[in-house]
Amino acid sequence: MNNFSYTRATDITSAVNEASREATAKFIAGGTNLIDLMKENVARPTRLIDINRVPLNRIEETKDGGLRLGALVTNADTAYNDQVEKRYPLLSRAILSGASAQLRNMATDGGNLLQRTRCYYFYDVATPCNKREPGTGCSAIEGFNRMHAVLGTSDQCIAVHPSDMCVALAALEAVVRVTGKNGDRAIPFSDFHRLPGDTPQIDTNLEADEIITSIDLPPKGFADHHAYLKVRDRHSYAFALVSVAAALEMDGNKIKGTRLALGGVAHKPWRSKEAEELLNGKAANSDNFQAVAETVMHGAKGFGHNTFKIDLAKRAIVRALKHAAQMEAPR
Amino acid sequence: MTTNYIGQPISRVDGRAKVTGQAKYAGEYNVPNLAYGVVVSSAIAKGRIAEIDASAALGLKGVLQVFTHKNAPPTAKSDQSYWDEVAVPGSPFRPFKDDKLLFSGQPIALVVAESFELARYAASLVQVEYEPEAHATDLNQQRDKAYKPKPREGVAPPPPPRGNPDKAFANSAVQIDAEYSVPAEHHNPMEPFATTVIWEADGRLTVYDKTQGTPNSHQYVCNVFGLSPDDVHLLSPYVGGGFGSGLRPKYQLFLAVMAARGLKRSVRVTLTRQQMFTIGHRPRTLQRVALGAAKDGKLEALIHEALAETSQFEEYSEPVVQWSGELYKCENVKLDHALANLDINTPVDMRAPGATWGLYALESAMDELAYKLNMDPLELRLKNYAEKDFSNNKPFSSKELKECFRQGAERFGWSKRTPEPRSMRDGGKLVGWGLATGIWETTQLPAGAKAVLTAEGKLTVGSATADIGTGTYTIMTQIAAESLGLPIEDVTFTLGDSTLPRAPVEGGSFTAASVGSAVKQVCDKIREKLVTVAKAMPKSPLANAKSEEIAFADGRMMLTSGPSRYVSIKEVMRHGGLSSIAETADSTPDFEKQSKYSIHPHSAIFAEVKVDEDLGTIDVLRVVSAIAGGRILNPKTARSQIMGGIVWGIGMALEEESVIDQKFGRFMNHNLAEYHVPVNADVQNIDVIFVEEHDSIVNPLGIKGLGEIGIVGTGAAIGNAIFHATGVRVRDLPITLDKVFAGAAAARPVKLAPAA
Repeated sequence: MNNFSYTRATDITSAVNEASREATAKFIAGGTNLIDLMKENVARPTRLIDINRVPLNRIEETKDGGLRLGALVTNADTAYNDQVEKRYPLLSRAILSGASAQLRNMATDGGNLLQRTRCYYFYDVATPCNKREPGTGCSAIEGFNRMHAVLGTSDQCIAVHPSDMCVALAALEAVVRVTGKNGDRAIPFSDFHRLPGDTPQIDTNLEADEIITSIDLPPKGFADHHAYLKVRDRHSYAFALVSVAAALEMDGNKIKGTRLALGGVAHKPWRSKEAEELLNGKAANSDNFQAVAETVMHGAKGFGHNTFKIDLAKRAIVRALKHAAQMEAPR
Repeated sequence: MTTNYIGQPISRVDGRAKVTGQAKYAGEYNVPNLAYGVVVSSAIAKGRIAEIDASAALGLKGVLQVFTHKNAPPTAKSDQSYWDEVAVPGSPFRPFKDDKLLFSGQPIALVVAESFELARYAASLVQVEYEPEAHATDLNQQRDKAYKPKPREGVAPPPPPRGNPDKAFANSAVQIDAEYSVPAEHHNPMEPFATTVIWEADGRLTVYDKTQGTPNSHQYVCNVFGLSPDDVHLLSPYVGGGFGSGLRPKYQLFLAVMAARGLKRSVRVTLTRQQMFTIGHRPRTLQRVALGAAKDGKLEALIHEALAETSQFEEYSEPVVQWSGELYKCENVKLDHALANLDINTPVDMRAPGATWGLYALESAMDELAYKLNMDPLELRLKNYAEKDFSNNKPFSSKELKECFRQGAERFGWSKRTPEPRSMRDGGKLVGWGLATGIWETTQLPAGAKAVLTAEGKLTVGSATADIGTGTYTIMTQIAAESLGLPIEDVTFTLGDSTLPRAPVEGGSFTAASVGSAVKQVCDKIREKLVTVAKAMPKSPLANAKSEEIAFADGRMMLTSGPSRYVSIKEVMRHGGLSSIAETADSTPDFEKQSKYSIHPHSAIFAEVKVDEDLGTIDVLRVVSAIAGGRILNPKTARSQIMGGIVWGIGMALEEESVIDQKFGRFMNHNLAEYHVPVNADVQNIDVIFVEEHDSIVNPLGIKGLGEIGIVGTGAAIGNAIFHATGVRVRDLPITLDKVFAGAAAARPVKLAPAA
């Protein structure tokens, strides 16, 4: 861990100003990922700007009937919030399937979006990694890649975004509100994270001087028909091998609308509009869900240790859709 | 009598100190002017260090020194000086010996600074230029380099073959011939290795070290640095888990002492979690088990061959196949154990070394054989039950394994099992029941103890043993308190101090028997003194009693025939004018008596799993483990020991694996987020049964030791349950979900489960 200076911001403007003055400064909130990265010499900020006192820690209704999650609300407070539990249970379940109680108590919603991949090579400075040091090569492609991506990969990087929360936010079509030197922006969730392409060092479309202020949930919460299924190597405190957030609008057994997002398979929460549209007007049944699964995973590519994810993801998609349609109880 | 403590579920006497933070660990001793050392680790597995540039680190104010092979103060020259109590054949690893790199993560520099944070930062600035050479780290690729290892002290090589195993196997009506692969695993106790060396005013060293044996670390420091025993006081009063990782001195001990001597000041070195993956591990092992049986299930041939990895500089071997010749009755047996050298650190004993892997393979193969015979796996084991140790042609000192099977099966409800795989379901999931047998070693080693009884009736007993979370403090206190009939609050047991009478490292499940015997013996010596004085007291009720007719209880001495007549211990001390009685004792096992017998604890483990066959996810719903482990000193700490072993067995079966990237020759999942051990949510019902077992051969207390038997066989029981649930036999640990659902897909038509 390098030496750094530490300052504390108490309002957004000063936080943004301070960040824009020093290119190698970083905001710190819960610190549940950043501190690890610093201990491993992966992140080497020269300045930490503590934003924990910036008043962004509230959950409130939006004018359009949605819900606004302040960037500094903790993951735990979000998951156990009455409104979230009642109207967006998909989000609540996704959050609670991630990390551990201790981490969720510290981690913030904005920080959850900005956490970095848990790729083994990214974390070990003794090995090459394009995300950590562009141009050095990707060690995972021909190395140990059990946790890695099968969709949207590039020959530069096959890392996955590790979040559970973000998978639910992608399915719910949340909007990320940010502010920076050039003013405020609203970024649709699907545009927030990036695929690795030739610049795997860049995880998101957030500008360097921008800060997340809130995550806005649209009014539609899919409380009646949703499922979050996380498949992992142990029952808690493990990142998803594959996770599926499924949300349905239904009329009897007929499906009127579908949202489907996958975690653990790509550099960002993965959605396939094409696959979702397949279900429009269709009945909720195994064959139709299977067709969706095939479409989502069409073009998926395994790298050896992680090839099983392609088949696993299909099975998980069918299972999650069945749970969401209440064809079978979650088990 | 209230002072009968042996066999009672006494809570840990050190429990309060631990949960309140009063218990201090090696890395927690703070002294003025302490300097902090941070280790720089090799990024490559093999080659040499071409250049180390520490100028940037040394340029920082507050950095005291950067030690490397180029400037390390001289230490002992000969390999012998680096041999420790648990050393294996070969040349022990010597930090900073030269520019040669023997394994990835090898310590190559120690940065010492005024603060930990500064040392850590400076360590990141040390530039190393490597000259790499091609490395070999994949055991599977080195099968043709296998060789028979030199015998290791305390580990007998496999016995010569009995009968004609190959022919008997070929002629057997029913055969199983399978290979089982088990991965490298790391111990990962919660407490990382740490050493604090305090530079005393007179230049002597007080060393707080995380170790499973203070005498072992003490001797190592004296030998390596050429110090006399009095110049070094080594302590380790609390150890936050060991599991074998602390049997041999770890490199931070060498580095901290070297730096303290070099700088003439106090130094602490603590390893990071990542570095905990560089200090040795349970070796990856490939095993072949071939079983031949008659149609009625009688074993006719048993062949068990193991190939394990070791380093390039030491031949670490563990007795993987040994028990296969002892557990079952079979006339044609061939056991073999080979090693291959890899560019890795030397493996280290890890809870039930050898048996954990060997019994996994043997007991999985026995299960496979049972299915092939269409025979209940329990019946198969009873059919081939060994009433004596055929491998060594000796009777067992005691063996209540049949009772383990009986009680375990009853508690588990084994008779309700339907034999066919995939025949039991719960909701949409498959349920499987499996069992396995466990066997481990009972050993007693020489150990010393000292004791002081004060005029106030307070007793302090000490021995340089360790408590690595096993309950040593507690059970030794119980033994001492009961021996002298004192209230347990009046008895203190001390350990983890090189000035105390010598004891072996804490390992091999031998501490209770070895140190327990010494404690009993030293207390018996005090007893005799008290008896002599008591008998001479005027009107002594004990005047004409023989020693064995006198009982000690409730702070008194009395006739066993008439406890109403007594003298109190305090009175006796007063009468004798004794301010204290001090004794020492050296306990030596009765090797002659023991050598006529085969001495082992046994277990029968029953497991229930639930498998989601689409996703391959596995729940271990319950494990019943019935243990025949001799006399149980403390059912509470004993149960914790077995429970810990079972939890580890769950991890071994389903989760644990140190994954090496062959290109880099480096363990990659080197943190506790990616090196998976069971979390609470993975552990459901665990039921431990202690079967009554009397053994007058093992030692006077009848103790067999429980530290390791809990893990042995548990992995096989779970694997066997998964097969029963799914029809999928995974012979490659850990049994992760991808192996299960891929197998399930192959085992049945490719379609998803029908909608509910």
